[in-house]
Amino acid sequence: MFKNFKKLWMALGAFILLSPLGLIATGTAFGEWGTDQLPEEVGFVPAGLAKFAEFWSSSPLPDYGVPGWDGSFVQSAGGYVLSALVGAGLVILLISLFNKIVKE
Amino acid sequence: MHIPDGYLSPQTAVPFVALMVPIWGAAIKKVQSDLKKREVPVLAIGAAFCFTIMMFNLPIPGGSSAHAVGAVLLAILLGPWPACIGISVALIIQALIFGDGGVIAIGANCFNMAVVMPWIGYLTYQLIRGKSDFLSTRAIAAAFIAGYIGLNAAALVTALEFGSQYHWFQAVDGTPLYFPYSVKVAVIAMMSEHLLFAGPVEGMVTALGTWFVARNYPALLTKKLTKRIEPDEMGVDNLV
Repeated sequence: MFKNFKKLWMALGAFILLSPLGLIATGTAFGEWGTDQLPEEVGFVPAGLAKFAEFWSSSPLPDYGVPGWDGSFVQSAGGYVLSALVGAGLVILLISLFNKIVKE
Repeated sequence: MHIPDGYLSPQTAVPFVALMVPIWGAAIKKVQSDLKKREVPVLAIGAAFCFTIMMFNLPIPGGSSAHAVGAVLLAILLGPWPACIGISVALIIQALIFGDGGVIAIGANCFNMAVVMPWIGYLTYQLIRGKSDFLSTRAIAAAFIAGYIGLNAAALVTALEFGSQYHWFQAVDGTPLYFPYSVKVAVIAMMSEHLLFAGPVEGMVTALGTWFVARNYPALLTKKLTKRIEPDEMGVDNLV
């Protein structure tokens, strides 16, 4: 699994380390405003939206950050890189399960 | 492009989950029968790359942001079915662990970014590249255009899902219950951001990614032309 495709692994690692570049854009994407941002962005919180917005609130690394690590850019960047590592690691782990069912 | 929970009515979001179940089933079957064992790491790295590239938010004038996805690159490298699996896994992790994109909305998000995007992109690429070599200018241009069109197709479908809610679901007093803007507003906002900013970046990611793999691992891309890939064809570092 890990001994081939060295250049691809290295490219992935480079992008993970560079991921804090994604923090430069501080704006929220269109249609992804949190219930705390809606009053300002839209003027009100739609009733149905309010009901389902918190359907899932047990994300351990919300918004790709470690809760509490938001005092400085360095902290956010650290949380962001850690999130990229955890996320990429989990994706690789799950996909590698295909090793068990694909052919040689 | 990750629709959060609450922006789509359950009547819209849940059918998308139901629609995705047979698509995921077919994709797993297809990957099981078509993907070679030595290609699994490429799908794993590729999906992890897509996960990471989605974290590169691009600032959009006016205070918004958008990002590339990588789904078309994955589709060109391995085919649209493996891309569907790879992107779906990335989106599910993003929703559950990072709160990016809703959990009830996971079906819609996977439909947009793991079905519409890789298939539209893949077909565009095939159509433009024709039989030209993977490293030819035409093939690289095809990858750029395919990434651009694939992302914008996903953005358009997302905008229609968003906007339809405004017209379909309103409280008795006429206020929208879920997504608060019309189809027209949603399409203009989503498309201007993706046509002008995220689309060209997606095109670049797709073109550079295809070029990088074609250069370093040529046998990976030409596998459909050969019956069987020998270990030493997978790239120089395979021998290490």
